[in-house]
Amino acid sequence: MDTSVENGSVTRSDLPLRVINSGKSMIAVNARQKIRRSFNQIRAENIFKRSLVIIGLIMVVLVLGILLTLVIQSLPSIKSLGLKYLWGRVWDPVQDIYGAWPFLLGTLLTSFLALLISIPFSISVAIFLGEYYPKGWLPNLLKNTVELIAAVPSVIYGFWGLAVLVPIVRNFETHIGVEPVGVGIFSSSLILAVMIIPYAASLGRSMIQMVPSPLKEGAYSLGATRWEVIRSVILPYTKSGLFAGILLSLGRALGETMAVTMVIGNTSLIPKNIFSPGNTMASVIANEFTEADKPVYLSALIELGLVLFLVTVVINLIGKKIIDRFTNE
Amino acid sequence: MKAGNVKYRIGKSGGFQALVVLFSVACVVPLIAILFYIIKAGITKINWHFLVNIPKPVGETGGGIANALLGSVIVIVIAALIAVPLGILGGVYLSENKKSRLAYWSRLSIDILQGVPSIVIGIVAYFWLVKPLRGFSALSGSVALAIMMLPIVVRSTEETLKLLPDSLKEAAFALGMPFHRVIFKVIIPCGISGILSGVMLAVARIAGETAPLLFTAFGNPYLSTSITKPMQTLPLLIFNYATSPYNDWHDLAWGASLILLLWVLLLNIFTKLITRKWKVQL
Repeated sequence: MDTSVENGSVTRSDLPLRVINSGKSMIAVNARQKIRRSFNQIRAENIFKRSLVIIGLIMVVLVLGILLTLVIQSLPSIKSLGLKYLWGRVWDPVQDIYGAWPFLLGTLLTSFLALLISIPFSISVAIFLGEYYPKGWLPNLLKNTVELIAAVPSVIYGFWGLAVLVPIVRNFETHIGVEPVGVGIFSSSLILAVMIIPYAASLGRSMIQMVPSPLKEGAYSLGATRWEVIRSVILPYTKSGLFAGILLSLGRALGETMAVTMVIGNTSLIPKNIFSPGNTMASVIANEFTEADKPVYLSALIELGLVLFLVTVVINLIGKKIIDRFTNE
Repeated sequence: MKAGNVKYRIGKSGGFQALVVLFSVACVVPLIAILFYIIKAGITKINWHFLVNIPKPVGETGGGIANALLGSVIVIVIAALIAVPLGILGGVYLSENKKSRLAYWSRLSIDILQGVPSIVIGIVAYFWLVKPLRGFSALSGSVALAIMMLPIVVRSTEETLKLLPDSLKEAAFALGMPFHRVIFKVIIPCGISGILSGVMLAVARIAGETAPLLFTAFGNPYLSTSITKPMQTLPLLIFNYATSPYNDWHDLAWGASLILLLWVLLLNIFTKLITRKWKVQL
């Protein structure tokens, strides 16, 4: 409206002249002014609507751009190394041998081990907050504290792991009689397990709270105990939701970089067992990207990034689909 | 049914409950352990000198993290300047066009963007900005962080605006307000609390990000305010100094960790309080 008043002020300045001429034309000028103003507004409205659409378009272009950049930059390695790159067991950039298997294996091992460790904890938190104690200040405190776990920067997890956890793991390794390195797949899985608890926990909690109480009451009235209600009503009902939460945790674990890089030991050899040092896809990119001096070397690293991108996208989309279906039902 | 059987079932139920409580409480232990350890290791390093000086070379004790503090603030402010307007308008677009085909694809893109590993965004920002500009720069780091912020801001804006009653908008339209004024004067002010907490969460999230900055802002041992030059940030400083073999540098990294941790946690807690006070759903 501000702009249209400014535009209208030109007409207003010659207004008195016309007023002297006749009273009728003043009404006409007023009407013209109003029409112009509404034209201006319609134009501004259209521009605004169009820019909103452009912003919607930008988001799509952004994701396509990320995908395209990764594909184009990894073309040299796809061309020269082919599909067997993913199965190659040796990574030796000095001699131009590139095989991604050690990193794929490292990523799979750390992520799934972390998932395995974290599931009992995250599901417990979900049941604790969703079923046993949904209200009160203590559960609220627990909920907020668990959410804060996700807020701690991963570089701090890494540093803490390096200073506190690695020596503990090293002690443990001497006890059970494996080579006491401390850093390695096991240490990174432990750190990762802590980091991914909140994702499955908060989703699981909201899913469990959505279980209709008539279902639970029906089971109680048949004489079921709390545990029996949880096992045969709540868990089956929220199965897909809990699975989605676990998938989202997995997506986090796969792409986590800094904490893993700091405690995994960074060797490009195939890990012998879960205690040996290794490398994940993300950690090898973080370590070697700025050192990659040959085009194929750099491109091979980007191809790892592409694989990581595709895998996490698929996992996240499946998770989201399940959640959407669950919440719409 | 025999009485023993019932007792067994009740006992089993109680046992399970105890187990759940035990595991749930155990989740808090690592966080508290990290908090205490970092406060213990970092609190003695922090003083005025630590905050206003730049790191000293190896072998000299003392030095501070002024360059990283300033760098973090600059990089985050630029990232927010890019991501917040785009994100809010994107959220408005998604909440205004629920059914159009483009909205479906942009919503999907936002979902994808939210799950992209941060290191991948670092790679992409490297090819978009570092290579064309021939050098690591704070600007490229900001862009990488802005890409990470975007989905959080869009999502929180969309979710907040969805909760506003349609009658608000209809009343404004009935008064003859044009669409853009309805958005800027009615819809966004009504949802500002939810939008703001989304922005703060996004800032808290990117404040601790290291991976996207490794190949973009890169790090810089000196104080620099030029956004076309490499710039040090707190997470980068912690990573570089924590993995170095020198004890002096470890001390510096502990101090920096404490400051970063306090910064991020306070931002999170503050956002939570706001969300509760204004009863925003996120």
